[in-house]
Amino acid sequence: MRAEPAAYDETSGPRLDRGPVERRPLAARIGRLVLRWREASILVAGLLLALYFQSTNSAFLSNDNLANLVDYTATTAIIAAGEAMVLVAGELDLSVGMVYALAPFIMYFAAAAGVPMWLAVLAALVAAGLVGVINAAITLLLDVPAFVTTLGTLFLINGFTLTISGGFPVQPKAGAAFMAVFGGDVWARLAWAMVVAGVLQFVLRKTRFGLHTIAAGGNLIGAAEVGVRVNGVKARNFILCSALGGFAGIIDAFRIGSIDPLAGGSEIMFAAIAAAVIGGTLLTGGSGTIIGAFLGALVLGILKDGFTLSGVSAFTFDMILGGAILVTMAVNVRLTRLRDQGRG
Amino acid sequence: MAEVADRKVVLRAEHVAKTFGQVTALRDINLSLHDGEVLGLLGDNGAGKSTLMKIFTGYHRPSAGRLYFDGKPVHLRSVSHARALGIEAVYQDLALVNQLNVFHNMFLQREAVRGGFLAILDDATMRRRAREYLERMGVNIPSVDADVARLSGGQRQAIAVARSVYQKAKVLLLDEPTAAMGAKESAQILDLIQRLKEGGGVAMIIIAHNYAQIFDVCDRINLIEGGVITFDKPTSETSVAELTDMVVNEYRSARRNIGRG
Repeated sequence: MRAEPAAYDETSGPRLDRGPVERRPLAARIGRLVLRWREASILVAGLLLALYFQSTNSAFLSNDNLANLVDYTATTAIIAAGEAMVLVAGELDLSVGMVYALAPFIMYFAAAAGVPMWLAVLAALVAAGLVGVINAAITLLLDVPAFVTTLGTLFLINGFTLTISGGFPVQPKAGAAFMAVFGGDVWARLAWAMVVAGVLQFVLRKTRFGLHTIAAGGNLIGAAEVGVRVNGVKARNFILCSALGGFAGIIDAFRIGSIDPLAGGSEIMFAAIAAAVIGGTLLTGGSGTIIGAFLGALVLGILKDGFTLSGVSAFTFDMILGGAILVTMAVNVRLTRLRDQGRG
Repeated sequence: MAEVADRKVVLRAEHVAKTFGQVTALRDINLSLHDGEVLGLLGDNGAGKSTLMKIFTGYHRPSAGRLYFDGKPVHLRSVSHARALGIEAVYQDLALVNQLNVFHNMFLQREAVRGGFLAILDDATMRRRAREYLERMGVNIPSVDADVARLSGGQRQAIAVARSVYQKAKVLLLDEPTAAMGAKESAQILDLIQRLKEGGGVAMIIIAHNYAQIFDVCDRINLIEGGVITFDKPTSETSVAELTDMVVNEYRSARRNIGRG
């Protein structure tokens, strides 16, 4: 009865090429890997860039510079993980960079009011999550497109942060160990980013919530017809993304040792969306990877760090970065198309 | 097997009417669906087929008349209410998520999970159950791990139908199950309907344009015209030729009416 009984192995799922793979040359095998795993192409791009920068400047892979690389990557990766979840759910969050700036101030003011530090961090995360609640309520209950909603809250939150801060930066105060864990230590920052990416990858691929997120983004009406609570699923992703934005802001506040009302903003938001998209998450919803978003942030970090190390001027740097994003994306789109053809 | 007409009526509409403002979609519908029966519901565009289907699924509430389910009067409050009773529908859009594989689609919203509130997917269990069930139904797909986007229209339709039946449907409403399908795929879907019928337990209403195609699989044919059931015969007492005559006559009278207008 089976259409192609010999062509598929039921347990291993769909395969691209059923031919023998063992004796292929290395390049062909890498090519196959890139075609098969969405994340592989961005990983290969990152490795090639790292090799290039190491060949032009041997300091690239030094300990000090790797720490720099973590600084360029970690918080963007944390936001990118949340943004990727929102994108998979079929929505978009432009306000997350402003939440990044807001949350450390909430923490600072709570601590200044005598609240213990851990509770102040929690309060900041709750406040950040509340922005997600607002985004979700306006988008889902009032049927305003997420682009418009979060563009509105982007300005709103920015203005709010500037108002409560008076426009001046402040210094966070906490115990040495506390500060180290929440971003003062470079490896703590890397650990947070990896834990967030790992946990959310698991959530997206292996839990009911993740399945419903993909369903809501992939076929909204269909998912609702079989009884998925699509609005609840989307709302939770908005809240998650905002909370992660706030968390990233707190980490960078402890890293820099200063809370700046102008920190983050649109720049880190666009970097996070770029990281998610470069990593293989589609803007159309229903499809994405959190590990990919992490690798996307890493590639952006390598570009930024590598060019800074080579002493490229800030003006040319943005041009090169923009060009690099376009090239990466063009290559990625081609690869995705090849991958889909291979599957079809 | 007892004659269909002797069996219990599982779903009945009595003088059901539905108006939308000034527009009358259903005038006076009397329809009975027996246990395990396959009823073909034919009618032209705008005759009221879809409105009637949406009343049975709880999407619309009738403006007048009554519905009975399992012999008792019932007011269907919502789609989920109808579904809880065992009335499932497969629409033309199929409600499948292209980005998910076959077994995740089959168990969407009824997933096998573990880990308490974490709700970690038990993929092994869902994969096994989906494979066993689809095999039993004779549904032909390369792998339950394949994304449904990779499957043909017929395979997708089969999965949507199998999913509804797997959810213990007592009444299954199929909206144009063979629309936009090639001959071979249509035959596979009709095979599946035939097997479901022989398996018993589920009564079906099939909405269709192409009555010749579904004629063999149906126990009874109803024709709906202008919001009224104008024809109701077991397939053993009618023929494709008779149905063709009726449709042609309807077409002629429609032309005459246009001529007069």
